[in-house]
Amino acid sequence: MNGRTLLTIAVKDLKEVRQNRAAWIPALVVPLVVVVLLPVGLILIPGLFRATTISMTPLSADSGPIGMMRERVPALDRALVGLDEYQTWVVLMTGYLLAPFLLIFPLMFSTIVASESFVGEKERKTLEALVYTPASDGELFLGKALAAFVPAVLLTWTSFLVYGVAVNAAGWRVMGRIWFPPASWWPLMLWVAPAFAALGVAVTVLISTRVRTFMEAYQISGSLVLLVLMLVLGQVTGVLYLSAGMALSVGLALWLVDALLLYFGIRTFRREALLVGG
Amino acid sequence: MVPVIEVEALTRSFGPIRAVDGVTFQVYEGEVFGLLGPNGAGKTTTVRLLNGVLKASGGRARVLGIDPAADGCALRRRTGVLTETPSLYERLTARENLLLFGALYGIPEADLPRRVDRMLEWFELAERAEDRVGNFSKGMKQRLALARALLHEPPLLFLDEPTAGLDPEAARQVTDLIRQLSHQEGRTVFLCTHNLPEAQHLCDRVAVMDRGRLLAIGTLEELSRSLWGGFQVEVDFLEPPAVPVADALRLLPDVTDVRSEPLRLTVRVTGEATIPAVVEALVRQGARILRVSPRQPSLEEIYFEIRKEAQP
Repeated sequence: MNGRTLLTIAVKDLKEVRQNRAAWIPALVVPLVVVVLLPVGLILIPGLFRATTISMTPLSADSGPIGMMRERVPALDRALVGLDEYQTWVVLMTGYLLAPFLLIFPLMFSTIVASESFVGEKERKTLEALVYTPASDGELFLGKALAAFVPAVLLTWTSFLVYGVAVNAAGWRVMGRIWFPPASWWPLMLWVAPAFAALGVAVTVLISTRVRTFMEAYQISGSLVLLVLMLVLGQVTGVLYLSAGMALSVGLALWLVDALLLYFGIRTFRREALLVGG
Repeated sequence: MVPVIEVEALTRSFGPIRAVDGVTFQVYEGEVFGLLGPNGAGKTTTVRLLNGVLKASGGRARVLGIDPAADGCALRRRTGVLTETPSLYERLTARENLLLFGALYGIPEADLPRRVDRMLEWFELAERAEDRVGNFSKGMKQRLALARALLHEPPLLFLDEPTAGLDPEAARQVTDLIRQLSHQEGRTVFLCTHNLPEAQHLCDRVAVMDRGRLLAIGTLEELSRSLWGGFQVEVDFLEPPAVPVADALRLLPDVTDVRSEPLRLTVRVTGEATIPAVVEALVRQGARILRVSPRQPSLEEIYFEIRKEAQP
């Protein structure tokens, strides 16, 4: 493997994505909403309710849906011990329920770039010149995969950082301390998020031989978001609590699936198949 | 003559279709070799096989001493390919395109910007170097694609329809460049084209391919001789001969065909040595000869004759 070749292919793919506004504008808007507007709104809006004396009874530790969740998930209950109603709301919403939403980012970023890189190139008929270069099939694959994977992980971690700043800043008056991130977020971000990024790449590579346009690939691979929504649903209903241990297990399962899919992806990614199939 | 490409019984099938069917030929160092044939003849598949981009179903090939199937990466470092469509990154600038491919072809980083500048200058694209390729005319794209193929200074060039879609001036620039690359710089050029006058103008030898099979190969003279046997000579008269002269020529042993017009005879002979005897016979008949000129059939005539003979 030639490092310069890998870097050249990856940088080229990212430059191409940069020129495709339809690809990167949603990739900026969605994180802005999830990372800044949503948590800040969730933290500040109950404060307005309190100011107008609207009751926060549903947030009570002992009653309503949150009480039920605490009952079902002892680990969550322990995390909320000693917090008042408003603090419970802040920790529950921004430290617990929103956590899986950030896992949308590695999937979204990686599928956008991978769709552009693996399918967009076929769509724009630029593959032929690329396959006549001395780059090996492995270098072409890895360069393109890295272009999708590395920025997806880095952007997710950046979003995590921004989210942390937004949550701590907006919740400062409520919490009186820097409380975010809770321990369970670290395996989610460092272990599960990269696994989701790899999943986005692997699925896009596999479907790239069967679809013809960037949008087609993006739409199909974008349906992977359903997996994240299942995690959200699991958290909300109390079926699943993304504790550190659970995150490590989910991440391991994802990495195993990634390895399998990437194995098949690499096998299909041969310049001959790209030309003849394309 | 040093062979740069050696191909023996090369075959490539796609399912039941044989895109390249037992092709055997050699291309020599420094020559412009034309591969002619209609769409679907197997020209592009041959180029792909010779660059190790496709694997052969049978037969063998050696290009620049390398087996394309075994070490395509090493081979492609030494070949430059102009594909039928320019395959440029239209969202990137001309300079970015060349820098990208220069890096992929392994040009040293320190040397790359200088080489890119030189290519942009040479192909008269320097002023548009920072413009996105998507805004270029077809001719500019073709020039940029040629610059990309030449950037790493390969000794062997594969050019697929290099002047397709170009205006006459741009096409002339490209053909002049190909001649320069071959005749002045000693590079070998493997040219795939439909453009028969262009092939005649450029190629030292040509091969005609159809439905995957090689129908004929050689210089124009060799192909003409194998098709019709010998040379064709045109004899122009100052005035129509007083007596029919064609019959007298037909009696000569090495004359194979005579076609007569009022002021011209077209005579086919088996060899150059027969020409003086033809002239002598005509003078003896009292013909007043204005001019005797050998006539080489055009590549177009040769091409269609080869195709006609190949019809089942």
